[in-house]
Amino acid sequence: MAYEVIVVGGGHAGCEAAFASANKGHKTLLVTGSIDKIAMMPCNPHIGGSAKGIVVREIDALGGMMGKVADKTLLQMKMLNFSKGPAVRSLRAQADKVAYPKLMQEELKKHENIDIIEDLVEDLIIEDNKITGVKLSNGDIYDAKAVILTTGTYMKANILVGSERTVSGPAGTRPSLFLSDNLEKLGFKILRLKTGTPPRIQRDTIDFSKTKMEPGDDKYYTFSFDDKPYYKLDEQEPCYLTYTTAETHKIIMDNLDKSSMYGAIEEKLGVGPRYCPSIEDKVVRFKDKERHQLFLEPESKYFDDIYVQGFSTSMPHDVQEKMVHSLPGLENAKILRYAYAIEYDAIDPRDLYPSLETKIIENLYTAGQINGTSGYEEAACQGLMAGINASLKIEGKEPLILARDEAYIGVLIDDLVTKGVRDPYRLLTSRAEYRLLLRSDNADLRLRRHGYEVGLIDKKRYNKLVKKEENINKIIEELQELTIKADKKMSLYEYVKRVENSIFDIEDKLTNKYDYLELEQAEIIIKYDGYIKKARKEAEKMHKLENKKIPENINYDDVPNLASEARIKLKEVRPLSLGQALRISGVNPSDVSILSVYMKRYFNDNR
Amino acid sequence: MNDTICAISTAVGVGAISIVRVSGDEAISIVNKICDKDLTKKASHTINYGHIVDGNEVIDEVMISIMKAPKTFTREDIVEINCHGGISSTNKILELLLNNGARLAEPGEFTKRAFLNGRIDLLEAESVMDMIDAKTENARKLAMNGIEGKISNLIHEIVDRLYDINSNIEVNIDYPEYEDIEVMTEGQIQDVSKFIDEKLKKLLIESENGKIIKEGINTLILGRPNVGKSSILNKLINEDKAIVTDIAGTTRDIVEGQIRVGGVLLNIIDTAGIRETEDVVEKIGVEKSLNLIKDANLIILVLNNNEPLTDEDKKLLEITKDKKRIIVVNKIDLDTKLDTTGLEDVVKVSATKDIDILKDKISDLYNLEELNNKELTYLSNSRQISLVKKAISINNHLMESFNSGIPIDILEIDIKEICETLNEIIGESYDDKLIDRLFANFCLGK
Repeated sequence: MAYEVIVVGGGHAGCEAAFASANKGHKTLLVTGSIDKIAMMPCNPHIGGSAKGIVVREIDALGGMMGKVADKTLLQMKMLNFSKGPAVRSLRAQADKVAYPKLMQEELKKHENIDIIEDLVEDLIIEDNKITGVKLSNGDIYDAKAVILTTGTYMKANILVGSERTVSGPAGTRPSLFLSDNLEKLGFKILRLKTGTPPRIQRDTIDFSKTKMEPGDDKYYTFSFDDKPYYKLDEQEPCYLTYTTAETHKIIMDNLDKSSMYGAIEEKLGVGPRYCPSIEDKVVRFKDKERHQLFLEPESKYFDDIYVQGFSTSMPHDVQEKMVHSLPGLENAKILRYAYAIEYDAIDPRDLYPSLETKIIENLYTAGQINGTSGYEEAACQGLMAGINASLKIEGKEPLILARDEAYIGVLIDDLVTKGVRDPYRLLTSRAEYRLLLRSDNADLRLRRHGYEVGLIDKKRYNKLVKKEENINKIIEELQELTIKADKKMSLYEYVKRVENSIFDIEDKLTNKYDYLELEQAEIIIKYDGYIKKARKEAEKMHKLENKKIPENINYDDVPNLASEARIKLKEVRPLSLGQALRISGVNPSDVSILSVYMKRYFNDNR
Repeated sequence: MNDTICAISTAVGVGAISIVRVSGDEAISIVNKICDKDLTKKASHTINYGHIVDGNEVIDEVMISIMKAPKTFTREDIVEINCHGGISSTNKILELLLNNGARLAEPGEFTKRAFLNGRIDLLEAESVMDMIDAKTENARKLAMNGIEGKISNLIHEIVDRLYDINSNIEVNIDYPEYEDIEVMTEGQIQDVSKFIDEKLKKLLIESENGKIIKEGINTLILGRPNVGKSSILNKLINEDKAIVTDIAGTTRDIVEGQIRVGGVLLNIIDTAGIRETEDVVEKIGVEKSLNLIKDANLIILVLNNNEPLTDEDKKLLEITKDKKRIIVVNKIDLDTKLDTTGLEDVVKVSATKDIDILKDKISDLYNLEELNNKELTYLSNSRQISLVKKAISINNHLMESFNSGIPIDILEIDIKEICETLNEIIGESYDDKLIDRLFANFCLGK
């Protein structure tokens, strides 16, 4: 059988990749180890969060699925950092772990361009360094013009609990045992990474009166720019806050040697995420801290699990019991599933182009945890970009590369392919140097046009964007023309610019009627004008360096005077531009100057 | 391969010894071709006796220092030929090197290579340039401080604090629900902003002093005819024989000579005006005199002890009253006919005898005692100073935005920009043009 695109893996990256390719009209095959686990959320029950929520909106702006499915299945919605500036606001939904995957599966199944097969891919079929298909574990071969690997944590997955190591994927699924070896044979550098998940508790065994309730926001939000809210404000499921106790810490310290991470497993372990430490790590590293926050979060309307955020551990089951029972409100709690750590293989993302195509095998793309990231949103956005770019490639078109001042997605992919990863990569707002430009509120204004151009956004939705842009400009014009008498006579524009005033105070003075979001957008543009301009200026500087392309055939051994570390790093990454070179850690500005001087000479010689 | 460059590294002109420096992969082999000794087998960091030869003709008897990469100024092989001073023999050696494959160094190219090869940071590179220009002991000390990274340390101290603030703000954004983490408050931002303002303004003021040390004090000796201006000038000159040369640059138009007093350089403005015996103000016109006065950092106003105060004296006192000035009452060996009541602290001298008291006064005025003993930590060139000024102005913007209620995560943009501006002083951020411009300003050689 032959397809245009084959997606290997049905997690959040795989789903977006399959939809992107199929929506662009390409016959797509999704190969997954387990159809009913497609779009499963094996760890936390959120979609979104700081920076991640903005990514979900970016996915939606480009024509991806995550936001739409989350909007229809969420249990609770919050706008994080609402009290801070507009640049750092970000949506987070408590997602329903049953409803979300179910809806995603239905959408996949009913798509005319998508077929799904339940099996594992064992090997890649390659001719002349170009992928032509995949081989399944049952021996079947499927041909394809492009293949996207989204293997998640499944390559050589090991579950770690106490001193036990079990060969298994998350939640008892089949791991992929051979693929990473075969990738290594092809020349990929393989990394060993690790992540963990906390225990799940039976809801009716928790005494919530001893905890603090954390309700959702009392204002409606949606991830998608096309959706109306599907939830009811007063029917949102709350979360609860509790804390570790002195007893918890004592149990952990007394049993530390039983934790997989603290010596119970002797061989060297994969590298875990710095941003999501286990409770053992937190207690050991912050000894003077009397207590740590834990959030008790519902996982679904359809079952009884409560997720204990902040309590991931690789202690054996009996110690986990004691630890859980030491928490206020959980004295009699019943553990439904124990916490575990999982180790898996990933590739070094520096083996990728910014299109997510591998440098080693043409038409092979990778996305998600295989690239060393962590998180559903990080995975989904890479899946989307890999799906778009694999499609563009087989259409003979240039790839869509998002810049760092254009999208968090651009920041994430550039970081991956430029800096590589040491531990599982999580998006943080601090990774974005132009985050005032990368706001939650303007994701559509930033990216919809790209979505339209690549064919994932239809004409109707595109026209809506154009109308919105026009209206925002009209609002600003009107504000400049109209005046108000406050402490002195001033234009409405000046009035709105003042931090203490709101555009909604003077909304009725405008000649035309405008949408809430349009007014809000105009207000942000006016209020933060100075800073937005500053960010754009900075971004322009970056683009100048970005436009200085490094010749593909450059031999770094020929460039005199490079510091040796820089030479090694440049050879590893092979950056496409001076801008990218500068972002490689270990490459200093002076190395970039040398490179720039060498390039001038190189081009002169070739002129 | 990096080509090999050479240049005369000492000042061109008469001197006992001149140094010709060669740097690059072929430095040793090229010099070897014009030397009667085999230099290729000499150990690194040795100085060797020999002759520079052109065929059979001996050009000069020299000492040759061999320093092999990487422990050299440019991190390349360096050969320095210490030859006899004088233009002709030095030039001949340079010519021989050029004929044997070396290329004449561009201005500042040795330092540029040192910078590009990671030997020194940008600030250090600038200090090297300052060192070459250093005309007095204080200026040399100032240049040395830059090289040792004292300024870098100071900047790092400020920048580190800013990084702390910003990382805290970032954590607050990324983990908004974690109460374990200290929340950055407006008050803390205000504190930091004040801290930056104080530190940078102090640095700026000290740098102004640093500039004086490096560039000298523009001094105008003023007085009506026959009060003894030239004797005072001559006396100052006699104290220091190695003086009164033309100096280059923007001050060329107004400065006519330099005198070293204690550890500080006086740039004497308008020596012609001093030596003329006619009325300065009348002769050159009021406007020009006012301009001269404006250009001066220091006015030495000379009065005659042997005559009463004239209208002309009064006029000079009036037009210099807002300037930093020293009033010198000269000719105290003659009868006192001058009434000095109402005048500020005057210095009484007899220029024909000695004027130590005047020199002490100048030293006091510029805290030279203090400057001589103190650890000098100044920015001493205009690029650095303008960056500090820029950082101060961004900081002012930060305060304004803060006062108008802009949220912390946006204020952070200003803090980051201050960081980047300060980083630019120590060369830790990248700007293509900056580097080109910087090295074009360097003098030839090193």
